[in-house]
Amino acid sequence: MNALAQIRRNDQPIYLDYQATTPMDPRVLEAMMPYFTYKFGNAHSRSHSYGWEAEEAVEKARAQVAKLIGADEKEIIYTSGATESNNLAIKGVAEFYKDRRNHIVTTVTEHKCVLDTCRHLEQQGFSVTYLPVQKNGLVDLGQLRAAVTDKTVLVSVMAVNNEIGVIQPLAEIGKICREKGAFFHTDAAQAAGKIPLDVNAMNIDLMSISGHKIYGPKGIGALYVRRKPRVRLVALINGGGQERGFRSGTLPTPLCVGLGEAAEVCMKEMDAEAKRLTKLRDRMLKGLQAKLPEIYVNGDLDHRIPGNLNISFAYVEGESLMMGIKSLSVSSGSACTSASLEPSYVLRALGVDEELAHTSLRIGLGRFTTEQEVDTAVDELVRHVTKLRQMSPLWEMAQEGIDLKSIEWAAH
Amino acid sequence: MAYSEKLIDHYENPRNIGALDKNAEDVGTGLVGAPACGDVMKLQIKVGPDGLIEDAKFKTFGCGSAIASSSLVTEWVKGKTIDEAETIKNTDIAKHLALPPVKIHCSVLAEDAIKAAIADYRAKTLKKDECAPEGQEAVAAAK
Repeated sequence: MNALAQIRRNDQPIYLDYQATTPMDPRVLEAMMPYFTYKFGNAHSRSHSYGWEAEEAVEKARAQVAKLIGADEKEIIYTSGATESNNLAIKGVAEFYKDRRNHIVTTVTEHKCVLDTCRHLEQQGFSVTYLPVQKNGLVDLGQLRAAVTDKTVLVSVMAVNNEIGVIQPLAEIGKICREKGAFFHTDAAQAAGKIPLDVNAMNIDLMSISGHKIYGPKGIGALYVRRKPRVRLVALINGGGQERGFRSGTLPTPLCVGLGEAAEVCMKEMDAEAKRLTKLRDRMLKGLQAKLPEIYVNGDLDHRIPGNLNISFAYVEGESLMMGIKSLSVSSGSACTSASLEPSYVLRALGVDEELAHTSLRIGLGRFTTEQEVDTAVDELVRHVTKLRQMSPLWEMAQEGIDLKSIEWAAH
Repeated sequence: MAYSEKLIDHYENPRNIGALDKNAEDVGTGLVGAPACGDVMKLQIKVGPDGLIEDAKFKTFGCGSAIASSSLVTEWVKGKTIDEAETIKNTDIAKHLALPPVKIHCSVLAEDAIKAAIADYRAKTLKKDECAPEGQEAVAAAK
């Protein structure tokens, strides 16, 4: 595939942050190009061939997206990305049904855009239950069942966590929601294109999808909105009534085409790619474990997308480790919050000790990751973790058999 | 975040990493910070018979700025009297390394570490003067 030659530049660090974003697949770019130039029509123009051509392209892409999740193309709405999709799903449903039901159930490990939207709704008078997660990062179905009442309008649980990659039991959650008459929304930004999703089998009523997490362009996403039984929404953006009135504004034809093509490539290659990435991830983890004692994987390793590792390297602070491994691009926590010095709220929610949370890195593998890159990454990590442990007073104390918890630390 | 060359140099080539005998009478040890906050510094000084700091060692768990701050301080205190060393200000450390605003606390911690090491050394010599029995493990936490 000539894709590889275009993506990889020798003078750049090895990219291991595929949960933050993905490079566009060159096949996607190729599909988009004509719609930036000579096929520039407005998909909503009905009076000439420029418009018809663009409309045909966005509708083809809509069908491609629908197929990826087992939906009907009429159920797909284009948005600017998963953040907008999550906002539209949660605010839209809450607003429409507020006279009948005013309660929302979500989890504490959701992406900030879901949590912040829920906080906003709380200020508007809605009540929100934030469910804890278990030590492995998965929601407890018993707790979820108990939290959903006859006042619950929406349950919003992410399909795959962006920091620890764990896959929530979607079908089981969907079943509970259907029984209780609540809508089920899932933020599938990290799941779509990576694991099989079927909105009907899983009883999903609303699903958010992002373009740039699936090797498509940034600035486009989709929201699946079930038609049977029908889910109603109040729109966030008003205007010309495009996208069945759910989302006004002229469609960005090239981006829509890119999202569709990206979805199709993911679908075609999903099985083979999952196998390949699982092998690479296992290779990385085994390589690290063989040479480094006291490293811990955060989150369930079995219920997890293949391309994610989140590891605590005990006694080594994550930021200093990232500063050392200059030839690797990884992240500590999620990119959205990595400017803050707080340890990850997701890891804290799993009950990971604060000191261990400070030592964690998120390593994301993806379509263009090679075995050689994995081996280089292992060598780099081993070298720098070993070096930083030699410099760590905590490592020294642990080697001397001092229990760090027995010391009265002065919080600062 | 772009770091200064001096900071990166101290991170990549830290000076004076290691440990001194914390039970020795001429060694003062400061241990400040907390693992839960993501920063712990252990700084040690060895004071010669002439009253000058003849050696300093550190180990730090923390970000690059914390490592650089403690490395720099060990360089600065060598050859100074403990009274002189005590006057090192966090602002001087922050300025020298051009720490970004979110990293100023690293320089504060480094100042605390040297003060804690000096306090530990003083406590030991005081005890020696009083002919008190050998002190407990020298772990001083910053206030």
